[in-house]
Amino acid sequence: MSDLKYKIIIGLEIHVQLCTKTKMFCGCALEFAAEPNSRVCPVCLGMPGVLPVMNKKAFEYSVLAALALNCEIASFTKWDRKSYYYPDLPKNYQISQYDLPFSEKGFIEIPLESGESKRIRITRAHLEEDAGKNLHTAGNFSQVDLNRAGTPLLEIVTEPDMNSADEVKALAVELQRIVRYLGVSEADMQKGHMRFEPNINLIITKDGTEYKTPIAEVKNLNSFRALERSIEYEAQRQLDEFLDTGKVMQMGNKSTRGWDDANQMTVLQREKEEAHDYRYFPDPDLLPVEMNDAWLDEIKSRLCELPLQKQIRYVTDYKLSDYDAHVLTAERSTAEFFEQAVSATIEQAFIFGGDPKKICNIITQAGLKLAHEQNCTLSELGFTPENVARLARMVEDGYVNASAANTILEEMTKTDKDPQTIAKDMNLIQKSDAGELEAIVDQVLADNPKAVEDVKSGGKKAKKAQGFLLGQVIQKSKGQANPKIVSQILTKKLS
Amino acid sequence: MSPKIDKAQAKKVAKLSRLDLTENEIEEFSAQLNAVLEYVEKMNELNTDDVQPLAHCLPVSNCFREDIVKESLGTEKTLANAPQTDNEFFKVPKILDDSAAT
Ligand SMILES: [Zn+2]
Repeated sequence: MSDLKYKIIIGLEIHVQLCTKTKMFCGCALEFAAEPNSRVCPVCLGMPGVLPVMNKKAFEYSVLAALALNCEIASFTKWDRKSYYYPDLPKNYQISQYDLPFSEKGFIEIPLESGESKRIRITRAHLEEDAGKNLHTAGNFSQVDLNRAGTPLLEIVTEPDMNSADEVKALAVELQRIVRYLGVSEADMQKGHMRFEPNINLIITKDGTEYKTPIAEVKNLNSFRALERSIEYEAQRQLDEFLDTGKVMQMGNKSTRGWDDANQMTVLQREKEEAHDYRYFPDPDLLPVEMNDAWLDEIKSRLCELPLQKQIRYVTDYKLSDYDAHVLTAERSTAEFFEQAVSATIEQAFIFGGDPKKICNIITQAGLKLAHEQNCTLSELGFTPENVARLARMVEDGYVNASAANTILEEMTKTDKDPQTIAKDMNLIQKSDAGELEAIVDQVLADNPKAVEDVKSGGKKAKKAQGFLLGQVIQKSKGQANPKIVSQILTKKLS
Repeated sequence: MSPKIDKAQAKKVAKLSRLDLTENEIEEFSAQLNAVLEYVEKMNELNTDDVQPLAHCLPVSNCFREDIVKESLGTEKTLANAPQTDNEFFKVPKILDDSAAT
């Protein structure tokens, strides 16, 4: 058996749809699932003699995203025509950026399983327009809908710095968080707002010699799952092919493959020999864009703390777990709500608020579930961060238990009452009065002589029996007894 | 001077542009394309050492519009000139290789 090792090399091209109201060069509305071909005008239809004019918001959104990706912003950029013929491209060219993209040379930090982060270099980011949509029918023809034609797309190209499907997924998820935080894209995978094209090959070391397999580009992946699966599939396929044929990377043997979701495999796409002859040239209809310091500063001022920075800060400052910090930072509105609750606590010198961990628990265990059920954000549920902080404190002090806290939070979406009042009104305050609880404990002990004996005799059964007695007391109190205090009383009485 | 565009190149360009040209047309257009290139060739006689490449013929930049919705044509008008339609869609010959754009 020969000595064989291999490493996967992956670079990504990502298209992100910007969430402007209108298309890139005309005032047609961007509207998902509108009547086919209804959001179309002479400009995006590619009629002769029309004049495209750049959407300022689309350009600024792109610059904002590129800044968050640590890219250099060009002081001068222009638009080029990429020529090819396809039914979904009415002009027979796509307006894109060729040799002078608006930004390049950046990087993105991605979180790894280990808790470390890895820096992936960004080659460039440029702005281009989307094509329309082809729909395949049963008949011997295709249907074309041009509503999407002219939609602004940010194309991000990374260096081949990723070495596993996990890293690629981490980058995709991180990028989704970033563009959502910045508010430049909804990044809704289901609506095709993010599309991925990984370039994959292997570096194989066999008997001390290094071989590179031919690069395969997988086109148009629109789910994280397909992205991951296609990379895993390609790695295995390329390894098998190498062992079978010994084929290595050469000029011109890069291939284009598609993802067959039904069969969970990549398939070779027919190569058109002239396909890559795009004959780029500057678009004479569009004027260049010059960036100046004042404008750039203004766009920079719209940057916010990015999700990964927040996540790391929550772990260090608030001692949250990686998992909790990730959940809280998934959406900017959730993170902001959490931070408001925490700062309410801190500003009040912890007079009424709970600690960040307790606030986090209420948000992640109950708040996000309610938000999901009502299909809105946390802050739209109707309760204030201050009251969530108060509720967290009530849990911390043993005033209410965790399940009562969930009930109170739900009630807080319906009324303006503070959590204390709700707890009183709904009879959810834990009984911590030792005298009152002692009476219940005595009753339970009298009713369960067998369990009492088990506890007293020690051994294996003791722990289980004590748990049983605790459960009986809680049940008798209709869930209102403070388990901590009941436990203390039980231990005292049974020792 | 030898022709800059030979017949093979003219054929390639025609194919890229999905034009079905006859042999005579190929002959005719390669001659015309050569005439255009020869004319433009004159530019090379100028010394452009100190001239910056021009991205646009007008000394203007930063022409933008605000992100405001304007009325579109609507499906009926959009499809009015289409050679073939299928309900609200343009109807085109079946696309076999869907290596979609972008
Ligand atoms: Zn339009």
